[in-house]
Amino acid sequence: MKLSIFRSSRGRGDALFHGAAVGAAALVLILMAGLFVDLVIGSRPSLEKFGLGFLWSAAWNPVTGNFGAASSIYGSLVSTLIALVIAIPLSLLIALFLVEIAHPRLARPVGGAIEILAAIPSIIYGMWGLFVFAPYLADHVQPALQAVFGKVPVARALFSGPPMGIGMLSAGLILALMVLPFTTALMRDVLQLVPRVLKEAAAGMGSTTWEIFRKVMAPYGSRGLVGAGFLGLSRALGETMAVTFVIGNDHRIAASLFASGNTIASTLANEFTEASNPLYLSALIELGLVLLVMTLLFQLAGHLWLGRLEKNTRGGR
Amino acid sequence: MSTTRPFEQTQAAPAGPAPGVISVRNLNFYYGDHQVLFDNTLDIAPRSVTAIIGPSGCGKSTHIRVYNRIYEMYRDQRCTGEVLLDGENLLDPSLDLIELRRRVGMIFQAPTPFPMSVFENVAYGLRLHYTLSRSELMDRVEDALRGAALWDEVKDKLHQPGTALSGGQQQRLCIARALAVEPEVLLMDEPTSAVDPVGTAKIEELVRMLTSRLTVVIVTHNMQQAARISDVTAFFFEGRIVEVGQTTKMFTNPANKQTEDYITGRFG
Amino acid sequence: MRRAGQRRRRLVDLGMKAAACLAAFVGIVFLVWVLSEVIVRGASALSWSFFTTLPAPPGAPGGGLGNAMLGTLLISLGATLLGVPVGVMAGVYLAEYGAGTRFGTLVNFMVNVMMGVPSIIAGLFVYTLLVVSLGHFSGYAGAVALAFLMMPIVARTTADMMALVPNTLRESALALGAPRWRVIVQIVFRAAKAGLLTGILLAIARVSGETAPLLFTALNSPYWPRTLSGPMANLTVTIFNYAMSPYANWQRAAWGASLVITMGVLTINLVSRFILRRKT
Repeated sequence: MKLSIFRSSRGRGDALFHGAAVGAAALVLILMAGLFVDLVIGSRPSLEKFGLGFLWSAAWNPVTGNFGAASSIYGSLVSTLIALVIAIPLSLLIALFLVEIAHPRLARPVGGAIEILAAIPSIIYGMWGLFVFAPYLADHVQPALQAVFGKVPVARALFSGPPMGIGMLSAGLILALMVLPFTTALMRDVLQLVPRVLKEAAAGMGSTTWEIFRKVMAPYGSRGLVGAGFLGLSRALGETMAVTFVIGNDHRIAASLFASGNTIASTLANEFTEASNPLYLSALIELGLVLLVMTLLFQLAGHLWLGRLEKNTRGGR
Repeated sequence: MSTTRPFEQTQAAPAGPAPGVISVRNLNFYYGDHQVLFDNTLDIAPRSVTAIIGPSGCGKSTHIRVYNRIYEMYRDQRCTGEVLLDGENLLDPSLDLIELRRRVGMIFQAPTPFPMSVFENVAYGLRLHYTLSRSELMDRVEDALRGAALWDEVKDKLHQPGTALSGGQQQRLCIARALAVEPEVLLMDEPTSAVDPVGTAKIEELVRMLTSRLTVVIVTHNMQQAARISDVTAFFFEGRIVEVGQTTKMFTNPANKQTEDYITGRFG
Repeated sequence: MRRAGQRRRRLVDLGMKAAACLAAFVGIVFLVWVLSEVIVRGASALSWSFFTTLPAPPGAPGGGLGNAMLGTLLISLGATLLGVPVGVMAGVYLAEYGAGTRFGTLVNFMVNVMMGVPSIIAGLFVYTLLVVSLGHFSGYAGAVALAFLMMPIVARTTADMMALVPNTLRESALALGAPRWRVIVQIVFRAAKAGLLTGILLAIARVSGETAPLLFTALNSPYWPRTLSGPMANLTVTIFNYAMSPYANWQRAAWGASLVITMGVLTINLVSRFILRRKT
């Protein structure tokens, strides 16, 4: 008896599984769209009351119901800037160390240690920042900074005020520590993509390790390195707990980095559960919307940049 | 519809003695907009070995990948024409792919043991297509491994991972896995290109033995191999079938100048 | 021809190498500093009753965070049950069905974007979605917020790990007559098992230490978790509340909780790395 090869009713498992996969994939899009719509709806009262002025108003008065995002945006940007100024050169150097300088036997445990640093929950950095690092800053680092820059005209303003250990500078430093392992790992991966032959060709011409890095590896991986910077930037912007512990949570824009301030994320963490009236709540949700848009813009820039990198190095397939 | 049907007589009896007849009619194949097979027409007799030879990139593998429609895994690949298996057009979209692939097995260039034990590798296909008791399963696995001339070498390591075997053994394990579900046709895509000479000799011997049960279509780079094991040889060049004939005749007295040039090593 | 600046070049090279070594050293120093403070300060708070009892009022001796540990476990478990299956299926879509299609490219991109959504925003989203509409904070809402963060991580690693499985393995299973879903579940999953497991464990480790998404979803509670549909005690929010309090015994408990959560997260991390290393 010959069995026909024509279809029996067996495609059902495939259809179900395929459907589940498509559904899960679609859920990603639905959630992301939902996130936006949801935050926009949530911030409607605030959007209607303050309009675009919300972005540059420095007011934040729950009693009179007058809200503006300026100090939070300022704080987010400044703390992120401090973090990146410190973290990016350091992670570049560590990545160079891991890829080119250290013996593999050393590079592996050091790389592992950096990955552990990345795995520690952010609230631990907050605890450590509040109870250990901030007092250390207040006792040792901040007085030293004032002693050095006390007479320098512009820098003096940056480091003025009582050294309390808590404030914009501490927040930036803790953020730097948190972003460091993340950007280091990304940059290490980028540097590892540089073809051996290129490095060997440069070495063959008598280049030193640093020259190989500056003239060959960095230009070759430039897109990836910049992309890593963007991703680190967006991560620092959205970081909440570590900053909330040490920034002081004060709605003001101060010239001094020693002064306390706030970021969008820290404001949300501190005030959201206390927000008693609808306008206050909606202003906080609008802050969240601003943060989301800011992070996504940097993310987008980073991914577009990295995406082009991938196409360039992998070639069409 | 095509005109000639050389195996009409075997088709006439549906439960006839020798299934595994393939007739390819006007097969064209495309990767996206790029056509790689042109108007292939080929008849393959049951229980024979047909070798497909030709320079690399001539479409040999692409051609046999139509027979079990494995190309459909890739969205940008498509074909036109007809491939008849025992008289039924296997390109018919309403066809049950699962049953087609039970009837048409395939062996790949590099051995592809699944990440499981030797036993489970062979049992995998059996479990897909049959409901068997433990002892029946055991018997069928043993039969398949014997059929692939592997039983004596692996009977003590049935529960070790398939990847622990040597390259040649892995390839025979894949053959056993394919044989276990009792196919009518076995497609082999350069099955010895990743196997050492001793392993290759064993596989070639095995292919000869297999013709007592099924039809073999083997793509090979190695002309000596084609000469050693096949009954019929088809020479492909740039996506076209240049010449098909009895292997002995093809290798001693080819009708076509291009075939002769290729076989005598003037190009390819 | 003058051989220019050999000495200078060598000095610059030496200086930069030294700087790179120093940078790596600084990284290690901070790791050791943070971990040692957590261990030393945390260990002094640990005792048997710390794991088994409810919190004591400020100033009162004794008490523990048993409820918060249980709560964190429950919320993480809930997040895993929600986030992993969806994440894995989205990863399957990206690796097996969507590659090269427009929808697949879009989803792939959105998964990356979703990974970058700040965790506090996930909390905000779930607050407006579940807390406002249901009218109360809940363990469920906390689990959903964490699942939101887990899903893209799991999807990304699943897709990447499945992409490493050679196509010939898929083809040979298909050629045996296996339907696509069986090929994926029985062959591709199995071939990528170590990688998939590692990805899932890392995602669990990553979210179970999160605080921000729980602040306005699960909130916190001084009681034992009885139901997932009410405010639920958890370690990280407890750390936040206690650390910001003026009471010495609460601050000490916050350090104890920090040690517990750090060790938990790092253990999952190390286990997952071990799985991956042993397999490859």
